[in-house]
Amino acid sequence: MAKVKGDIVVDIEKCKGCEVCITACPNDVIAMTKSVNGKGYHYAESVNEECIGCANCAIVCPDGVITVYKVKL
Amino acid sequence: MKELKLMKGNEAVAEAAIRAGCDGYFGYPITPQSEIMEYLMYQEPYKTTGMIVLQAESEVAAINMVYGGASCGKRVMTSSSSPGISLKQEGISYIAGAELPCLIVNVVRGGPGLGTIQPAQSDYFQSTKGGGHGDYRLLVLAPSSVQEMADFAGLGFELAFKYRNPVMILSDGVIGQMMEKVELAEQQPRFTEAEIRENTPWATMGKPNDKERNIITSLDLDSHKQERHVAHLRDKYLEMEENEVRYEEINCEDAEYLIVAYGSSARISQKAVELARAKGIKVGLFRPITLFPFPKKPLLAYTNRIKGILTVEMSLGQMIEDVKLAV
Amino acid sequence: MSDITKEQIRQPENLVYTKTKLLTDKALSYCPGCGHGTAHRIVMEVIEELGAQDNTIGIAPVGCSVLAYEFMNIDMQQAAHGRAPAVATAVKRLLPDRYVFTYQGDGDLAAIGTAETIHACNRGENITIIFINNGIYGMTGGQMAPTTLPNMKASTCPYGRDVETMGNPLKMTELIAQLPGVHYVTRQAVHTPAGVRKTKKAIRKAFDLQKQEKGLTFVEIVSNCNSGWKMTPVQSNKWMEENMFPFYPLGDIKVDGQLIK
Repeated sequence: MAKVKGDIVVDIEKCKGCEVCITACPNDVIAMTKSVNGKGYHYAESVNEECIGCANCAIVCPDGVITVYKVKL
Repeated sequence: MKELKLMKGNEAVAEAAIRAGCDGYFGYPITPQSEIMEYLMYQEPYKTTGMIVLQAESEVAAINMVYGGASCGKRVMTSSSSPGISLKQEGISYIAGAELPCLIVNVVRGGPGLGTIQPAQSDYFQSTKGGGHGDYRLLVLAPSSVQEMADFAGLGFELAFKYRNPVMILSDGVIGQMMEKVELAEQQPRFTEAEIRENTPWATMGKPNDKERNIITSLDLDSHKQERHVAHLRDKYLEMEENEVRYEEINCEDAEYLIVAYGSSARISQKAVELARAKGIKVGLFRPITLFPFPKKPLLAYTNRIKGILTVEMSLGQMIEDVKLAV
Repeated sequence: MSDITKEQIRQPENLVYTKTKLLTDKALSYCPGCGHGTAHRIVMEVIEELGAQDNTIGIAPVGCSVLAYEFMNIDMQQAAHGRAPAVATAVKRLLPDRYVFTYQGDGDLAAIGTAETIHACNRGENITIIFINNGIYGMTGGQMAPTTLPNMKASTCPYGRDVETMGNPLKMTELIAQLPGVHYVTRQAVHTPAGVRKTKKAIRKAFDLQKQEKGLTFVEIVSNCNSGWKMTPVQSNKWMEENMFPFYPLGDIKVDGQLIK
């Protein structure tokens, strides 16, 4: 396994819950929350430790709400 | 250097535009104004002053090119004749809404529809009352000589930039086609980019790193803001009515009757005044030069001391409505 | 490996990707999952990479992206419906050293603006046209567009587009590719990470060619309209792959002034 570990930060209030990021994630890291944001949308969140920081989610996010970090261990 | 020439009205306005430092002309052929673009293409000002001349695919495209050029703070213009001006009205409305300066020359022909290529003054309504959709006015200058065709190019640009508003030269087939002696102004330099950034800080020329970006638009989805914008436009038009009224009075001092006429009709009416006076009838000629703003107050001042007004225009009667409102 | 905390990962030196500063902080006005947002972002990323924020003028259309100027943090002009190529023509002629692009939808570019599009292309204006094709009028509520597929439903063809009475969908991109003034034409999509990367490369190429004054460059982005198509965003992307791509195949159509195939 490549020794990389990533994480995402979601701009919760700008997320529209379209779920396009979920399809794009190779490691099934992202899911929609049960709770909603100020606009009433369920929003994306990271639900496990499998993120590799590939940024696929951020790249397809139409609203540019995902920031991605990655460290090499 | 000032220069004396014998020119058609259409040629004169084209030459005067070059000399006024115009940056771009965008047009589409239509009789009786095609000499304007023909003259410009023949002169090739892009080789001398750097002025762009472009034949567009339609009047619609041409006026939208004017929108683009004006958005960059450039001195740009178009010309057409009545049916073509109808096509341009959408773009003119956007230009007025976005508060852009530009010069539009309308060499009027008869209508409605394709009408005739002969001169007419039947575009008074579509020129002075807005013309396209929404609440707006053009500042309208009506030349009655080839000299004024030339003079109003420079004046038109000056007023357009002063008010950030489209200015129309409302000419007609007579003035456009006839040849007269004309004194041409000296060549003015085109604005440099630094001057444009200084004089028209709203222009979209590329966002400087140390400044907020500029946006040119006529859209505001917030109806309150849109209302405020229209109110601002109204204030601007009121300011024009206060400051920009232009007119000429010929033999009006002792007149008992007044002829009100503009453009080529004023030229013909002037002769009628002379003939009437030779017969002892005291007639004067009142010639509005700006049709918007219409010279309401100076005309009103005559009402107490004259016996009647005759409005003369080459149309079914359009300016007469403004004359009636004024008196 | 699990020793490292999320806080330790989320450090500026570990940043891989974040929204470009050339997009404003305003929330995009588009529906959830709409490709417009992605298209906006990669156009702005290209301008950022070119260092051209101070040297670019964008022209917004009428349609869903009428408010593009609210989001693109550069000097912008908003054009009348369909007239963006005419507006851009004058901007580029008067400011030839700027990057000038239009951003237009299918109704704007391929219906009401057909003449302006074809003639700007034919004159070989040194501008870049970004064409978003989602086969529908989104802003006005899902009416039939010139690009609506045969039998595809829209509010003005509720039983599906009948080509016998409503005409065939217009492949504007193939049409303008025939014109000598057009130098580079490509059709891409932004619904997958790979697609976004390819589309961004295409936009970069178009801007580079504009700098080299090669003529008009044209990037079509086949996109979704989940609201208009009445699907979820993920469904609409799948539907797009299955229905739009066969009719509007992705890939380069004209490169270096030469038609592909």
